[in-house]
Order: sequence, then structure tokens, then C-alpha cells
Amino acid sequence: MADLSINCAGIKSPNPFWLASAPPTNSGGQIQRAFDLGWGGAVWKTLGEQIINVNSRFWSLDYGSTRMMGLNNIELITARPWDTNIREIKETKKKYPKNAVIVSMMIESKRESWHEAVKQVNDTGCDGIELNFGCPHGMSERGMGSAVGQVPEYTKMITEWVKEVAEVPVLVKLTPNISNVAVVGRAAAAAKADGISLINTINSIMGINLDNFAPYPSVDGKGSHGGYCGPAVKPIALNMVSAIAKDAEIAIPVSGIGGVTTWQDAVEFMVLGATSVQVCTAVMHYGYRIVEDMIDGLSNWMDEKGYAKCTDFIGKALPNIKDWSDLNLNYRIIAKIDPKLCIGCELCHVAAWDGSHQCIDLEMGNGHRVPIVNEPECVGCNLCMLVCPVDGCITMVEQPTGKKPTSWRQYQAELGKNPKCEPPGYIEH
Amino acid sequence: MIKNLAPKLSDAEYEKNFTDINPPFLPHNAKIEANRCLFCFDAPCIRACPTHIDIPAFIKKIASANMRGSAKEILDANILGMSCGRICPVDSLCEGACVYNERDVEPIEIGRLQRYSIDWFYENWDKAKAMFKAGKPNGKHVACIGGGPSSLSCAFYLAQLGYAVTIYDKNDKPGGLNTYGIARYKMSAEEALKEVRLVEHVGVKFKQNCEVGKDIQVDKLTKDNDAVFIGIGLGQTEDLGIPGEDLTGVVDAITFIDELKHNKLRDVRVGRRVAVIGAGNTSVDAATQAKRLGAEMVMVLYRRSEDEMPAYEYEYEIAKKDGCVYYFLTAPKQIVGKGSVTGIECVRMKLGKPDASGRPAPEPIPGSEFVLDCDMVIKSLGQKKQGQFAQKMLGLKTDSRGRIVVNETTMQTSNPKLYAGGDCVNGGREVVNAVAHGKRAAWAIHKKLTGEDIDLDGLWKDETIRRVANKAENQYA
Repeated sequence: MADLSINCAGIKSPNPFWLASAPPTNSGGQIQRAFDLGWGGAVWKTLGEQIINVNSRFWSLDYGSTRMMGLNNIELITARPWDTNIREIKETKKKYPKNAVIVSMMIESKRESWHEAVKQVNDTGCDGIELNFGCPHGMSERGMGSAVGQVPEYTKMITEWVKEVAEVPVLVKLTPNISNVAVVGRAAAAAKADGISLINTINSIMGINLDNFAPYPSVDGKGSHGGYCGPAVKPIALNMVSAIAKDAEIAIPVSGIGGVTTWQDAVEFMVLGATSVQVCTAVMHYGYRIVEDMIDGLSNWMDEKGYAKCTDFIGKALPNIKDWSDLNLNYRIIAKIDPKLCIGCELCHVAAWDGSHQCIDLEMGNGHRVPIVNEPECVGCNLCMLVCPVDGCITMVEQPTGKKPTSWRQYQAELGKNPKCEPPGYIEH
Repeated sequence: MIKNLAPKLSDAEYEKNFTDINPPFLPHNAKIEANRCLFCFDAPCIRACPTHIDIPAFIKKIASANMRGSAKEILDANILGMSCGRICPVDSLCEGACVYNERDVEPIEIGRLQRYSIDWFYENWDKAKAMFKAGKPNGKHVACIGGGPSSLSCAFYLAQLGYAVTIYDKNDKPGGLNTYGIARYKMSAEEALKEVRLVEHVGVKFKQNCEVGKDIQVDKLTKDNDAVFIGIGLGQTEDLGIPGEDLTGVVDAITFIDELKHNKLRDVRVGRRVAVIGAGNTSVDAATQAKRLGAEMVMVLYRRSEDEMPAYEYEYEIAKKDGCVYYFLTAPKQIVGKGSVTGIECVRMKLGKPDASGRPAPEPIPGSEFVLDCDMVIKSLGQKKQGQFAQKMLGLKTDSRGRIVVNETTMQTSNPKLYAGGDCVNGGREVVNAVAHGKRAAWAIHKKLTGEDIDLDGLWKDETIRRVANKAENQYA
């Protein structure tokens, strides 16, 4: 059986599955229950000055019959007293020495305050500290959370303060509410952070009640932008994780966060460079027990693929993430429709006709409804396959062009030498 | 010879009539169905399953394409997961308990999803079988008498704990009623034997054509083994006790079903007009298959009314759809014929006061006799209990209905070395009940012999939970 254990920035854990800093890690009792069910680590709900929360804190985006495709919240950091958390962290670490206990922190931006807080956290015996520079609601208005993470200089400064006294590895948790996440990642790396966690939640308004125009979640008829997370944010998170993992200036381990629900999601984050993954929404939906399939599924997948340990595949997809300019313009695929599987909904036709490149025709008048791909016009966009309700009915089939792979960049370079050279790929008319 | 044989059908017709009644999911359907599962906490379906398979967990694993994990989840709790996925009365068990029923939404098709998972397991047998292996030998020996579901279950779990287990079975092929007694359109014998192969794979030895009391003595088994499990099932079909029972063309349902399963359909003889006596689930299997073999008229005779009929609702539906005709409040008086059956004389009944079983007792209406023409009579009055055998051969205590008395928690009989489970204990229930018994006995035997209190999946040693679960089980059964 594969070895699932990991070492993320010096934080060791029996498996890569950590609970993200959030309601599921609010107390020692919860975290210990989670460890019993198999979670490898947990990032404690952010410690800081005691806050007061509003009621009506979460809202969800349902899609069709699927509940909670996305979740948002306007809950703040821990609402429990500092000393209670510190006591429970100590107790949890003592009871579960093999599990990773990471303490998330958010302190007012004063060097002494950070020093004082970090020293107390050092004494808990925890395995790491995560700096919450990402929370986009509430705390950001007080100059903390994403207010720090959106300014590379602040990020660097506070990370340095923490590193001055921290006795355990320090992860910096980044906000996605920024145009280029790598810039802040570089600031954290420059401050000698041991690792980076991302993404924190995305600024969002979940919807509006059309009777009273109150936003969701509604607090006495009013609302505020909240942090969006859950399966819907995974593509954004994957992109940002890969951006950090690829960046040569950063070069520190990554803990991936954002919509991880299954073991496949976790593997996707890991092959894009994450050493551990953090989970929240899926646990808020189904409970800690989901980790059982995550562990089992990952382990079975590793056995099947012949990976003995996680480092065998971490970052494996990164070389495939390229700039658009480096993609092969001479690669050609076209849609093929399997008439035996086609059920005649004609969604591919209307999608192509109205929504893409008018290359799927109907065979009118002969009694059957299987559309026909106009192959010379097909640009291989995938849309028809994506809308087709039958798995495997429309496949995109590679058409050898006989031309050597040529990217936009290569074409531009070639043009420099030979202004009359033939353009690669397929010219649309 | 049967007087009028039903005309033979074409190969295509046999194929059509005996094809899988509940075909497997295609991958996309399985995916949609698996994702429809709510993944309930403390799910009622788990409680309703006698083997307490963690149903939401295995379904979640299908949804996450962790097929290996899904199959393991099922088989750890129920070695006969494939059979149960196909033949369990799911409406009365897991699917009947699905919370979606509360909202008038179709329940999750748990049975078919289970089948989807286990079909994957057997299709990938060469790679997947390594999930299960014999335990490190602990030097202890256990004998299982009878090769049916309860013995397979007990043997499978004990072998993985390191026991040397041998199953002694009087039949030619192992598997008991799973191999011999299930309608062909539900599951073929070859399929049942795949599960036997898994039991063999973990090191269990099978001694076939070995009847205890004849080919091997109980005393010897008791002496040579550290524990003995008894899963002898039930005996022959009960006799009608009326004149004409020995005429040619009178068969019992179990024999008829067995013949159907192990012969070319074309070679199985069936009358043009068939009367089936009794209206339980086995009767449905016999009646529908007689019809599917080409009988022109199949009449099911039952002495009580539709309300008291023991067959499950969905079984009755199959029979009705197949065009079997039910004669309620009709009891056979004698089978008519010279050498071969030509008809059955019946009497109309009416319902009287409740009898010992709590159901209204049927009473004949004098002068209401009539004769139904038929060429074949299939007896399906239930199987005989093994009370005699249990008392005389095994020296065990039985109850007034001939069932072996056991401790409900441990399946231990009145002889502390002997454990029992399945039909011989519960008088004839589902495969899934027998598997639960075998698993429970495996746990108890291991605990008694080694002192170790292991946690078999879905065993639910916690008495309170189990009592609630068993209550649910009995309520649905």
C-alpha cells in the first residue's frame, strides 16, 4: 500500500488531507473527532483578538438540483477566548502527536502584538503557523486579513515579524482577490516564509431577494460581500496554486485550498504543486467522514499508478501548464458523433450554430435526428462534446496535420527571419 | 411422461424470456444515480440492511470513481454482495428505508448500484482479488456444515482471520440455494459460483457431495474442529398430503428451479397447463419461469386471500406481468390423472378466525369443489424445517417450529461448540439474513476461541444500535 505521509514546509502529516481554518476547526473537540476519522492535519480557526459575529452568516449557490456548488460566509475569525484556544491546541497536540496542528493567526499590524502572540503559539507545541492574510470580509475593514494580503509590502513586513520569533514553520495564506497572486507570493518568499497556502475565499455577493432587495445572506435586510468557496472556486484555485508553484522566485512548498471535495480534486491540486490540501466546504456539507474515501481513493489510485509516495507525483502536471503562446497551433482535433449513442437532442447543433462555429448541421428530412459534423469547418472547440448529455457520444479525434508543432512564439520568431513564411494552424474564414 | 408438453420456443425467445430482469447500470446511469445519493448521516438504509453495509459510503466511492474502495466497502460487510445486489427485496429493505421516500422522490437504486460495484470487482477479478486474503494461520479449525450463504459468510470472515475452514456440503456444486434456488432471470448459477470463488480465494476448503451423518459424522467434525457452524438451510418442499401426489407431472418448486438452472432451457420439460400450489416467493420463481419456458397457462393456487399472500409485492407484480393467473381462496383436494396429471380438484375456501400464525384460518366451503385441467403440478408450500435432523443428528435444541435455537447475539446453539445461522435458524428468510448470521457467528467464534473482540464491518456489536436495527429489519421483513 502506498505511503500517504507528507512533509509540507517542515510540517509532517500522515496524509495530505488537512482541514482548512474555518468552522470545522473551531474547537479542540471537533479537531480531535476529525483526527479520529482520519484527517492528517488541521489548521485551527484563526486566532486573534476576540470578535463578535453577526447572525445569518452563510449562503449557498445551488445549481439545478445540486446544493452548495458554492458557499459564502461573513463569519469572522474565532469567537472564542484566546486562552481557551491555546489550552485546547496544547491538549489536542498532546493527544494526537502524529497529526499536524497548524495555528492560523490574524493580529493587529503591530510588531510587538505579533511577537507576543506568536510566542504564546510557539508554546502550544503546534506544528506550524498559518498567517491569515486572506480573509476578505469584516477583518479586512480593520486592516487585517486580505487588507494585508493585497499589499506585497505589508505581507513581507508582517511575515518578517513573525519569522523573527516563530519556532515552527510559517505558512502564509494568500487572498485570491488580487490581480496577480504571484506578486504577493514572492513577497512572502522574500520574507523567508516556509510555505504558502492558497486560496482564501473570493469576494462575493450570493444573490438578492427580489421581494425586498436584501442580499444573501441577509442580516436584518442588509448584507455585505462575503468569502466565496466550495466546488465552484476550484478552477480559480488550481490556476493560482499552479502560478505560485511554477514561480521560480517563490520556490517554497504550497498547501492547496479551494473546493476540494474528493480525492481526485486533491490529486489535481497536488499534481499542480500542492504538498497538502485543505478542505472546508465539503466537510461543512457532509461532515468529517468524507476523508475516509479521500484516503482510500488516493491510496488506491497511487497503487494503481505505481506511486509509492506522494512526492512521486506532486507537481507532475506543472510542466504541462504553459503560456498560450507556447501551445501548438498545428494540433488539430475534430468532433465525431457516434450515431449509435446519439439520442437526438440536437443540443450540439444549436450550441455550434448559435454559440460557436456553425459546423454541426442537421440531416433534414430523412427521419433521423443525428446531426452531422461539417468537418472542414470544425475548429475543434469541444463545445458540442461539452453540451452532449451522453458520455462518449461526441469525441474529439486528433487529425494528424503532418505539420511540425509550431507555437505562436515560434511563428513570430520565424516571421522575423522570413516575413513570407506560411502561418501555422488553421485560418478561419 | 407429462401428458401435454408445452411447445418448445425459439432460441431467441428463451434468450429474451430468461435475460436479466433488472439489467445492470450503464456507467453514466450509475454516475447520475450515485450523485443523487444524499450521503445521509446515520443513514436509514444502513439500518435496514441486515448486514449493515455502509451504503452511502460505497455509493460515494462509486461517485468518486473509487471502484476498488466501493467493492471493498460492500464485501467487508457482505461477502455475497453480488447476489444481494440482484436478489434482495430492496423495496422492503434498504431502498424502502431511503429518505427520498419521505418526499415522494424515487429512492436511490441501491441494489443496482451495489451490483454495479460488485460487477466491477468480478470483472477485474485478477487485479481486485488481492484486496482479500487468508489470514496468518492461527492453528485453529472450523467446519461449516452446508454450503449455502450463511456458511460462505462465516467461512469467508473466519478464513481472513487465520482459521482453517472447511465447508462440508452434500450438493454437487457449492453455494446452496444461491446456486440452486434462484430464478434464472435474476441470477445464473455461474454468477453465484463467482462468489464461491472469492471464498475459496481466502483459503476456505470445500468438500462437495459430502453429507453430514452419511459421508461424515458429526462427532468427528466436533472432535476435529475448534468450532462447527451449521448452515444446513431447510429440507425438501412440504408435501401436499393429498391423493395423486405421486402422479407423473407433479414436481416440487425447488427441484424445478434447480433443473432450470443447470440444464439447457430447451431440455427442461414443462406442461402446457401448469398449476402451482402456494403463493410465496419461491412459487413466483416457479410460476414465472414455467410461463417463460412456454407454458400456455400457469395457475397459482393459494388457500388464503391476496392480503395474506407471503410473496413480496414486487414478486407478485412479476408474476402478474408474466400472465400467471392467481386463484385465491382455493385449496387443492386431489390431483387427478391416470399415470400422468390431467387436472387438479380444488375446493373454494373462506377466511375464518385467526390461527396460530395470527392470520385468518382458511376453511373449505362445502360443495364448492371444481377441477382445473392441467398437465403439471408444481408444489411450493415452503420447505420442511430441519428440526428432526437438528435434534437427532446434532443433539440441538429446536423451537416449536423446528428451528434451531441460538443465542441471537452469538449464534451459539445449545451445544457451546456448535453455532448456527441462516434458514435453519430463522425458518427461511433472505440471503442477506443468512450472511448476517454467518458474519455474527464468525465474530463470536473468534471471540470465544481467542478472546479477541474484532470489529467486522457492519456487525454492530453495540446492543442498543443492533436492537433498533433488528427491529427495523423485522418490521420490513
